[in-house]
Amino acid sequence: MTRLETDLLDLLKEDCRISLEKLSVMTGASLEEVAATIQDLEKRRIILRYAPMINWDLTDRERVEAMIEVRVTPQRDMGFDAIARRIYCFDEVKTVFLMSGSYDLLVLVEARTLKELAAFVSAKLSTLETVTGTATSFVLKRYKEEGVIFDSEDADHRLVISP
Amino acid sequence: MSAERFLNPRIAAVPPSGIRRFFDLAATMKDTISLGVGEPDFKTPYHIRNAAIDSLIDGETQYTANRGLPELRDEIALYLSGRYGLSYDPATQIIVTIGASEAIDVALRALTAPGDEILVPEPSYVSYSPGVVFAGGTPIGVETLEKDDFRLTPVCLEKAISPRTKALILPYPNNPTGAVMNREDLEAIAKVIQAHDLFVISDEIYSELVYDGHTHVSFASIPGMYERTLTINGFSKAFAMTGWRVGYACGGAEIISVMNKIHQYAIMCAPRQGQVAAAAALKAGRENGYEDVLRMRDSYDRRRRLMVSAFRAMGFHCFEPYGAFYAFPSVRVTGMTSEEFCSSLLKSKNIAAVPGTAFGPGGEGNIRCCYATALDKLNIALDRMAEFVKENT
Repeated sequence: MTRLETDLLDLLKEDCRISLEKLSVMTGASLEEVAATIQDLEKRRIILRYAPMINWDLTDRERVEAMIEVRVTPQRDMGFDAIARRIYCFDEVKTVFLMSGSYDLLVLVEARTLKELAAFVSAKLSTLETVTGTATSFVLKRYKEEGVIFDSEDADHRLVISP
Repeated sequence: MSAERFLNPRIAAVPPSGIRRFFDLAATMKDTISLGVGEPDFKTPYHIRNAAIDSLIDGETQYTANRGLPELRDEIALYLSGRYGLSYDPATQIIVTIGASEAIDVALRALTAPGDEILVPEPSYVSYSPGVVFAGGTPIGVETLEKDDFRLTPVCLEKAISPRTKALILPYPNNPTGAVMNREDLEAIAKVIQAHDLFVISDEIYSELVYDGHTHVSFASIPGMYERTLTINGFSKAFAMTGWRVGYACGGAEIISVMNKIHQYAIMCAPRQGQVAAAAALKAGRENGYEDVLRMRDSYDRRRRLMVSAFRAMGFHCFEPYGAFYAFPSVRVTGMTSEEFCSSLLKSKNIAAVPGTAFGPGGEGNIRCCYATALDKLNIALDRMAEFVKENT
């Protein structure tokens, strides 16, 4: 990674709506250089998308989330990738990690109601032939995600004017 | 009955800080975006805060040595030698103070005899001149000019020197201008200092915050200057530790000993938890290559470029500030004085900046704007300022 690439990723991670002109000023690189570097980061799939961080708890959208620890039997030649793919293709599944430790895959699932989520686990996930066991934990409250604090405002305690 | 007649007229005659007046005005406004702050927008790194918490849990609630915790003085010695090539004995040449502010006050009291003149570059930090008066001396302003990028030049320095001059305060990187002095600039000043046999109080509180390839040079590292320089630094700016109030002074054993005399009678010692946190900050920095400091500095640098570019787009002359976290643009194109500009900007756009005159008469025509402000707020502030300038030129 070049210094410019790192700088651009840092800045875009904070605010992806920032203009090319401002990115150019802040990094000291030319407009063309900034545009080309971002395009390249997209092409290399380092930047995958530009999405806002939403606090759904403050909206009226019905939503239940659960973390499911999944134990599976790895498949010959495919390892865990094939089963991970079978799992992440479900629309309900937002995130899948392969983990070290007492289980294999950590699956973050989102549904509208508890009933829907339970149905997903029992009917869709547990029935996959390589899945040998699941443990479902529901998310009660979100405190911090991707470095952003959800449960309180990050107040500025500084004096308005100081020497 | 007023007790005014009991007050010391010399102290009463010192005007209140220009910043204070502006603070009172800003305090009446709501939801102001402030570019008037003089401190980082980062919180102290968590591992540093934790060191103080641990110390409290362990019951470390007692006084420390007058000169500061030995482990902190050891770390300061290692830091200054590693970072700036300065060698100080932790036992006799370093004193830990309540912020760099106390170090400045105590240094001035240790040096100044009645009738002594102390040179203070202008514009500069608000406390120097009052500090000289409180110490019984006479502050003499030394002008620094925009055409010299607000560096102190031998010519301006020579003009201010008289037979009564005892010392120079050398505040670089500079608040409010953001000016830095490179090695050649300092060597030129050193010649004048030597020729007139002066002492130097080098306030290097912003030493870690220099940008764009500049490196900070400590004045005491210039040949011949070590013996006649008191180096002042602290943790507020580099480690985002303003509220902890920990700074230090380093110099010859004689001046440190005299400063310690004042410090021990007046203060006793800097608060212990601040010292513990400061030692943790330096130790971690030494071990991880000062990664917290560099991370914050990179972030300031990006915002610095943004602010300077925005001011220039507004039609302001804005010299490139390579240090601290302030830009000091000239607002003369608007035809307003610094004070008029800042008051009007605050009232009409709810943006606070500090009139340059708060830092001495040489600041007229300029305003101090701090870029240590969250990027989203900084963008709003600069947009509103651009509107304001458009409406007023």
